[in-house]
Amino acid sequence: MKKYVEAVLLNNERLDGRKFDEFRKPVEISYDVSNKAEGSARVKIGKTEVIAGVKMDVGKPYADSSDKGNLMVGAERLPVSNPEFLPGPPNAQTIELARIIDRGIRESGMIDLKKLCIKEGELVWNIIIDIYTINDDGNLIDASALAAIAALKNAVLPELVDDKVQWGVFTKTKVPLKFEPINVTVYKVGKSLIIDAGRDEEAATDARLSVSVSETGSVHAMQKGGSTGMSLDEVDKAIGLAIKAVKPLRDALK
Amino acid sequence: MTENMLVKEREVVVPGEELAVGMDYLPSEGAFRDGDKILSSRVGLFNLDGRLVKVIPLGGKYIPKKNDTIIGTISDVSPMSWRVNIGWAFDVMVHMREGSREFIPNDADLRRYYAPGDLVVAKIIKSASPKMIDASLKMPGCRKLGVGRVIDVQSSRVPRIIGKQGSMISMIKDATNCDIIVGQNGKIWISGNDHKMEKVAEAAIRKIEAEAHSSGLTDKMSVFLKKEAK
Repeated sequence: MKKYVEAVLLNNERLDGRKFDEFRKPVEISYDVSNKAEGSARVKIGKTEVIAGVKMDVGKPYADSSDKGNLMVGAERLPVSNPEFLPGPPNAQTIELARIIDRGIRESGMIDLKKLCIKEGELVWNIIIDIYTINDDGNLIDASALAAIAALKNAVLPELVDDKVQWGVFTKTKVPLKFEPINVTVYKVGKSLIIDAGRDEEAATDARLSVSVSETGSVHAMQKGGSTGMSLDEVDKAIGLAIKAVKPLRDALK
Repeated sequence: MTENMLVKEREVVVPGEELAVGMDYLPSEGAFRDGDKILSSRVGLFNLDGRLVKVIPLGGKYIPKKNDTIIGTISDVSPMSWRVNIGWAFDVMVHMREGSREFIPNDADLRRYYAPGDLVVAKIIKSASPKMIDASLKMPGCRKLGVGRVIDVQSSRVPRIIGKQGSMISMIKDATNCDIIVGQNGKIWISGNDHKMEKVAEAAIRKIEAEAHSSGLTDKMSVFLKKEAK
């Protein structure tokens, strides 16, 4: 199948007839899918489906950031989403998925972590983002990253009484966000660079570059995956492609 | 004899439902005997084939049967055999002596015939238990497949995709000018000179899969193909 995918792409076509820089349709986001979580969202890109939840808790800050809240991102690739995903402790790919999303959020500085400090050196908010894959039809990274951002946008702080969190009682205070970086992954199959790979295309991928892009078009984080290299020229092209292709995801987020 | 039948032909039955009474009938696929009754073991359509009581499943995973033609990927090569992934829980085995119509010497490197990742059409020749299924690549029609598009469909829709005496599939082949091989395991290989036509063939097969229960499907498909495959 890999040879076939490469042959089709060399012919300037894609398996499902899309353009190289086109996302699958529809890109859908639904909010408040969980009533226990402080924020949650379900994202569908084509048949790929991911749920993300945000949980807020208080805790001690780390010594090197005593006036800042903390961020944790965990991902789980559920066996229900792909026959190749197994239950049990996360493997390298699952950890990478969580790390790419974590980096996109953390390094861009989209969350104003200083505003999440309650008492300096003693008590801060912890943001815990959990990603669950429901169906994997390729490009889980972009769907998960979008779900994480959407869930953060949706999240509110819970009620705090005597430094204790009142679970289930929500305030109207939103998590302080500065802007919305969105992750777009560019897949390199053979010599072609494509966006939003389907399952067969993803299986044929040689290398990929995840680029986190903000509204202004600036790049906040990147992660290269796959066993083959990418030339400087290809990286340049990939970043350009990512900035151009991000539009449908940003439209869905509004 | 017919008064012993408790349900009508092509009626939907559920597991545990009584299908027939008496010793005149024999339970076959999807049915089992309990005392003098024959009960269903799955959700499906009731079917009577001579004296055999069958339940044709409405959906679900492919279950390998003897004499099924299947499409799979070589997953492993050992000194005496190949393993083929066919979308079943366990890989099926192709023994060296079933590997090819040409003679394979004892000390041959089996990778030279089929290497991991190669796509093959095989026929199941023995299905002793779920873990021990043997296939052959020697039977007529069995071979290594070239570069082509592989799609997965529900295995229960395969008879509809093929049609009566292959009418449906040959209609798609003629309209799109593609080579198509349908495996009973729901894997379909499509290869043509024009990638656009391969896409049309896939769309046609997806349409049959989605509308398998509707009647007059052949006419609908011929209209669809005329429109798409211009």
